[in-house]
Amino acid sequence: MNYFVDERGYYGDFGGAYIPEMLYPNVEELRQKYQAIIDDEQFHQEFKALLKDYVGRPSPLYLAKRLSDKYGANIFLKREDLNHTGAHKINNTIGQILLAEKLGKKRIIAETGAGQHGVATATVCALRGLECVVYMGEVDIKRQAPNVARMKMLGAKVVAATSGSKTLKDATNEAMRDWISNPVDTHYIIGSVVGPHPYPDMVAQFQSIISFETKNQLLEQTGKSLPDYVLACVGGGSNAMGMFYHFIDDETVKLIAVEAAGKGIDSGFSAATTTLGKEGVLHGSRSILMQTADGQVVEPHSVSAGLDYPGIGPQHAHLFKTGRGLYASITDEEALQAGLLLTQYEGIIPAIESAHALAYLEKMQFKAGDNVVVCLSGRGDKDMETYMKYFNL
Amino acid sequence: MNRLQQLFKEQQKQLLSIYYTAGYPHLDDTLEIAEELEKTGADFLEIGFPYSDPVADGPIIQASSKQALDNGMTLALLFEQLKDLRQRVTIPILLMGYVNVVLQYGVDAFCSKCKEVGVDGCIIPDLPMYEYEELYQATFEKYGLSNIFLVTPQTSEERIRKIDGLSNAFIYLVSSSATTGSNLAVSENATNYFKRIADMKLKSPVVIGFGISNKETYLAASQHASGAIIGSAFVKNIDANNLKASIKGFMEQFS
Repeated sequence: MNYFVDERGYYGDFGGAYIPEMLYPNVEELRQKYQAIIDDEQFHQEFKALLKDYVGRPSPLYLAKRLSDKYGANIFLKREDLNHTGAHKINNTIGQILLAEKLGKKRIIAETGAGQHGVATATVCALRGLECVVYMGEVDIKRQAPNVARMKMLGAKVVAATSGSKTLKDATNEAMRDWISNPVDTHYIIGSVVGPHPYPDMVAQFQSIISFETKNQLLEQTGKSLPDYVLACVGGGSNAMGMFYHFIDDETVKLIAVEAAGKGIDSGFSAATTTLGKEGVLHGSRSILMQTADGQVVEPHSVSAGLDYPGIGPQHAHLFKTGRGLYASITDEEALQAGLLLTQYEGIIPAIESAHALAYLEKMQFKAGDNVVVCLSGRGDKDMETYMKYFNL
Repeated sequence: MNRLQQLFKEQQKQLLSIYYTAGYPHLDDTLEIAEELEKTGADFLEIGFPYSDPVADGPIIQASSKQALDNGMTLALLFEQLKDLRQRVTIPILLMGYVNVVLQYGVDAFCSKCKEVGVDGCIIPDLPMYEYEELYQATFEKYGLSNIFLVTPQTSEERIRKIDGLSNAFIYLVSSSATTGSNLAVSENATNYFKRIADMKLKSPVVIGFGISNKETYLAASQHASGAIIGSAFVKNIDANNLKASIKGFMEQFS
């Protein structure tokens, strides 16, 4: 079974490039050039150097001892929360900004939900001296004020998306409209493994550093490079794809993707795409998305803004449909409790996104000696207000 | 030959086409607007079926789409409304909307319904050429539907030739790099682009759209093509309380 992209830009039934003609030249240029640029030795060296000296990689693989005792398995945390800007998002923006430079682009646009990808994009634009415009839903701008301020301080222009539900989906629409109107000088840094081909593959490759390092670190720490389980949360699915990437073809490794059930799968306030969604097209690729019978995209809900997306990347849809990955979901409440648990057991406050992956540990049965890696995709500083409200801190 | 192909074959003058969103301003206005537009001089129509995430559209059509969805519009309901289309309207009709809505309805069911109610073709901006050829073309042809492709200022000559080969009614020339509803600056750049396309001597007629808002921009654009399409400016001008009069008022400038 091939779990990676084919020459048509598809993962099995999913993927492709469903874009209006106005975006075709840009996406086609990327499609033709991205692999050659990524494979270029000089690009590789530059990317590696920035990840090491600027982002602070490799991120530690930490054996969480008290958590391991609790669950009866060896629980390793891949500490993406320790990256510069506080999440895995920067791996992708570093890669894409270097690629944009190679393409001769002068202006960068991005979409953001909670603001993590927006901050990571504004950061690399400041680093390389490029103009940066970030689209963010009007609703998200109000609830994520500190990240808006960070982006502004980094020199980005933050534009409010006022259409539709005024959240991540609409910010993505606005970024696409910007790209339609600025087809020559602009590169669109998509923040997840979504969008038209080649974005899902390109972003997955930039994020694959997560599983690449994990393999080496596991070998060093356990004598075996393959774990029994890897877990990660999924909104669009970029940290999960980075965490899965180098394990996908080793079918002994169980891949577990955790979606946000919100207030419960059947509550009408959920973002559990693989359970609630159907096959369709959103934001340029064929995948699984939450929609009405008429094909209108449904508004998702999750306490975690980073998982509050009505679709998943096409490669995830393929892993789900083929059964290679297990797609589960965790409610807002379970995630918040898992966040508190990690904080009190290990002294690490996780992003609520990552807490969804941690919460799934409660539902698993382990054998003694199982090696389990959880991608701790981000830190919880940005979520303090939510934690404070929920736990009355 | 469908009505659209017939129209271009027998064309004597520059054509004027109007786009509007089905289900806007009121859910049941669809046929009345079509009738009124035929009466006031439109040569063919694009009826938009709304989608929640219309990335190629500017603010006006986004808003009309949202209103239509809030009113309860669906593709199934639109086909229901169009049941009597051919008793009331004779000019060619295209449906315009996004691919996900068609996918959920079912491609074969969609095409079959189009034929049944008397729709002549479709514009689906986010349906790529590759997917059209692989998965849709045979079905479209089986039901005699014309698929309309877009060409933009950035589309390469090679690709335009390919699109020309796949087209059997007309090519939709997007006037500038923008979403719908931006104002066309009748600049030297735009004129050069229209002339460049005209000089290619394509087999398909070309109709210009995006940014055409009034008589001036209509005349400027259509002199380089077989006609032009007006969308946002028409939708913006619709007066929900005075539907017929507002349509008539808008169309008068072209008579």
